[in-house]
This record gives sequence, C-alpha cells and structure tokens, in this order.
Amino acid sequence: METKRSTFNNRLLPYLLLAPQLIITLVFFIWPAGQAIKSSFEREDPFGMSTVFVGLTHYKRLFLDPNYLQSLMTTAVFAVSVTVISMGLGLLFAVAVDRLARSAKVYTTLLVWPYAVAPVIAGILWFFLFNNTTGILPYYLASLGIRWDHTLNPTHAMILLIIAAAWKQISYNFLFFLAGLQSVPQSLMEAAAIDGSGPIKRFFTISLPLLSPTTFFLFIINVNYTMFDTFSIVDATTQGGPAQSTNILVYKVYQDGYLGLNLGSSAAQSVVLMLIVVVLTVIQFRFVERRVQY
Amino acid sequence: MVENRPFLTFLTHAFLISGFLIVAFPVYVAIVASTHDAQTLMSSAVPLLPGSHFLENYTAIFTNVSAANGLPSFPLMAMNSLIMALVITFGKIAISILSAFAIVYFRFPLRLLAFWIIFITLMLPVEVRIMPTYKIVADLGMLNSWAGLTIPLIASATATFLFRQFFMTVPEEMLEASRVDGAGPMKFFRDILLPLSQTNIAALFVILFIYGWIQYLWPVLVTTDLGYYTLMMGMKRMVAVQDGEIQWNLVMAGAVLAMLPPVAIVMLMQRLFIRGLTETEK
Repeated sequence: METKRSTFNNRLLPYLLLAPQLIITLVFFIWPAGQAIKSSFEREDPFGMSTVFVGLTHYKRLFLDPNYLQSLMTTAVFAVSVTVISMGLGLLFAVAVDRLARSAKVYTTLLVWPYAVAPVIAGILWFFLFNNTTGILPYYLASLGIRWDHTLNPTHAMILLIIAAAWKQISYNFLFFLAGLQSVPQSLMEAAAIDGSGPIKRFFTISLPLLSPTTFFLFIINVNYTMFDTFSIVDATTQGGPAQSTNILVYKVYQDGYLGLNLGSSAAQSVVLMLIVVVLTVIQFRFVERRVQY
Repeated sequence: MVENRPFLTFLTHAFLISGFLIVAFPVYVAIVASTHDAQTLMSSAVPLLPGSHFLENYTAIFTNVSAANGLPSFPLMAMNSLIMALVITFGKIAISILSAFAIVYFRFPLRLLAFWIIFITLMLPVEVRIMPTYKIVADLGMLNSWAGLTIPLIASATATFLFRQFFMTVPEEMLEASRVDGAGPMKFFRDILLPLSQTNIAALFVILFIYGWIQYLWPVLVTTDLGYYTLMMGMKRMVAVQDGEIQWNLVMAGAVLAMLPPVAIVMLMQRLFIRGLTETEK
C-alpha cells in the first residue's frame, strides 16, 4: 500500500487517531461476525445455559429446508428483476439527458430526488397506491379485468415489492450512467458522425462499450442493494407474505432470529449472507482496482 | 450534441417529461391524499386533485395523531431522527478523517492490519449481522440509548477510503513546508488538511445525513422505549394498524413531512451530493 514519501515520526499518535474507528469496528463488526460464525456451529439449550458443538448440522438443515431454498429463489428473482428494471430505466434516462446539453441540469434535478426517499417510505407509498380498498392502481386495474390483491396473490406481492425497490434505485443508476456518458470523448462521437453513423448506431458502437465498466459496477451495487437494503421495503409492504412468497434472505434472518428466536439457524443464515457480501465486495474491488489503472 | 435533429430532441424532451411524471406519481398521490379527509380516501379510489383538508391534516399530525396510535408525538420523532442522523454523520466523518490521516501520514507497525480491519466493515452491513450485533449491544446495556442507536452505525470504510484517496493527492510539499515551519502532526492536520478537505466533508455530509435519516432496521431492533422512536419507525407503525382503519390522510401527511428534509437536501446540494456519491462509489 502506498504512503507519502515523507511521514511524521510519532509512536503513539497514529494508534490514538485510529483508536475510535478500530474500537467500533472490532466491537460492533468483527466480534458479532465472529459470534455468528461460532454459534452457527453450536446448539444452545432453550435457557441459554449450555451450548453443544454440532458441526455443520445447521447448514445441512438449512439447505434441506424447502422454505430456505424458496427464500433463495425468491431473493434471486427479486434481485435480478429490480436490477434489470432500475438499470434499464436509469440508462434510458441518462442517454436522454446526455443528449440535451442545455436542459440537462434541470432534468437531473427532476430525476435525482428518489434517492433520498427512505425505503420504508417508498414501501408505504407503493403500499398505498396498490392498496386493495383505497388504492388508485387496483381501481384502474379492475377496469382492465385484473383483480389486484397482493395480500393473497404471491405474484402480485412480488410485483409490488419489485416496483417499490426499483423505483427508489433508478436515480442512483441514472447518475452513474450519466457520469459515464459524459466522459465519452466528444471527438469520437464527431468522427463517427462525419462517417455517417446516426445517433442510435453511435450509441451501440461507441457509448455502450465504453459504459461497460460502469454497467458492471452498477450491477454489483444493485444486487447488493436488493439483497440487503430492501429489508424495510419488505417490512412495510408484505412482511414476507403471502405464503413466504416475498420472504427474501435478509428478512428471513430477522424473522427466524429476532422474532422466531431460532438462533442457530439464524446464525447460519447470517454466515451465508456474509459470504454473499464478501464475494460481491471482492468482485467489486478487483474491478475498481483494474479500472483505476486505465 | 453532434448534430441538430429537432424531431429527436423533441422526442427526448417528451420521453424525459413522461419519465419524470411516472417517477413522481407516487409522491404526487401522497401529497394529494394528504389534503383530503379520511372519509374521502376510504370511500373509493384516491382523487387525483387536491382536497381542502390540507391545514387540518398537517395540524392533526402535529397534535393528536400520535396519541391515538400509541406513538410519541410527531415533533419528538422528527427530533429523534434528526439527532440520530446528525450524530451518525458527524461521528462517521470525524473517525474516518482521523483514521485516514493516520494511515496516510504515518508509518507504524500493524498499519496494514488496521487498514484491513477497516476494509472488512464494507462486507458486514448491519442487515447481515442482525442477531449477534443486537446481542452485543444488549450485553453492553446500550439498548434504548443514543449510544446504542448510533455508535454501531458509525464505523465507515467508504468515508475512510474517500479521505485516504484525497489525502494521497495532497502535494508532498505541504507536509515538508509545514515541517520546516516547525508544525507538529496535529497542527498540520488542523491548519492544512482540514481546510483542504472542506468540499469532501460537505459532500460526505449530504450523503451520510441521508443515510442516517432513512435508517429503519437498526432503530427497530435497539429501541422499545417510545422516547427513542424515529420518524421511520413511527410511519411504519401508523400503517401496521391491527384493528381499525389506517388513517391514510394522516399517514400521507406524515410521509410527505418525513421525505422533505433529505429530498430537499439532495435537490439543493445537488453538485456536492453527486460529487460525494460518485467519488465514494457507495
């Protein structure tokens, strides 16, 4: 790791400067993560008096449990749908704004604010719009012959969740795509235009390939967002129901551990989630490092 | 723009405006709903035009709604959200800038280890380690306290990386010059580094404030005492009515008010916000 050529000589000071950050990290991050790993291999009696080492029992049971496998599936469907929808719309908006030099700033302002809406509030807003008794959307869907009911219909519940989660994430993707598009060299575009290629061809042959690092980065970030940050959207809309159909992994850890007090299983689930984040983070960093060298 | 195509430009505007209308639709409905009385919202689909109960609903939210739901008062919850967001923001900025300073400007044993311990926090979002972190906070007797609400959320790898990256671009001569002038490390930090970091701090402030304001899971876990309820918890409680009707007009008024501070900050501080976001890449 690089440092400055010249540095300060002081024995104690750097440790003092690092202390607050390190203490918080050790006490609230490393220690609980270690605990989770430890208790995922143990069974605790109901009164918390004694623990027995049980090896991989929790993990075995987890991956044989149809509920958990369904939750994995649900999470995958949810993560991919939200990522595709929010990145697709983000890219479309970014391409459109990038074309308009003069009014770009106004449109950016108009599109950027959903980022700041809390996921719970996003959940509540869409819950209201899709609410069966008062909601405005079921009312119009009924006139199309669709009887909307996300409290009974698993597909409807999933659609509600996907829309709420994607809606909040469009602005984030939009900003990064816009930044990516604006760094495409203007000279390339002009040269291609002189050679007679139109805006659509230029987009597919020049902009899109140059955007591929941004796209990959956003893909990882979005998967991360849908897997972990959407807890409160689920909690505010479907609470994992109906019939487990929207019970994504993060929500299940909370349900089994905090509400169900099934500590061993919850710990094993936490460890699985940690492994997923580790993989996503490592991929993201390898990529970021590579891009820095460009 | 490379060439002038009036029709395509027109289409682009039309697309963006309709896109904005769709994105803004839920918030528009919320604002409209917050101006009607409960009866109107219950009887059929929500009207698309504002009603006449604006003042009534927004006064009600501040006065009697909370007691009816067994919640603390709205101003108290707003105050709690504000305190939580500010403590997290200042805490994160303070500890990250200090640790970045230590990592960049000192050479000491275990420096690499410290860097990696901080790096690991990137991989451990609170959602992933819910139960064990909750247990530690409980064991430390920090449930229902400001410390329990904020400290576990304060460590921040991204902010540390951002400052580290910025410090690496500060010219070496700065340090050498201040050394010649006889300044110690803390004087250099206070008089040179801190003023230079102003824009970075401001950009981070915008993002971290939003991060703190929209927290939900953590406060739900560590607080049962109504005195520590935040806006996000209160809003969720107003919707999760067990028996009886949800008072949608008041819920929507509350939602509009709870959205206002972070959305206003993003729109007003757009330049700083984008800078902070794209530089930390988080």
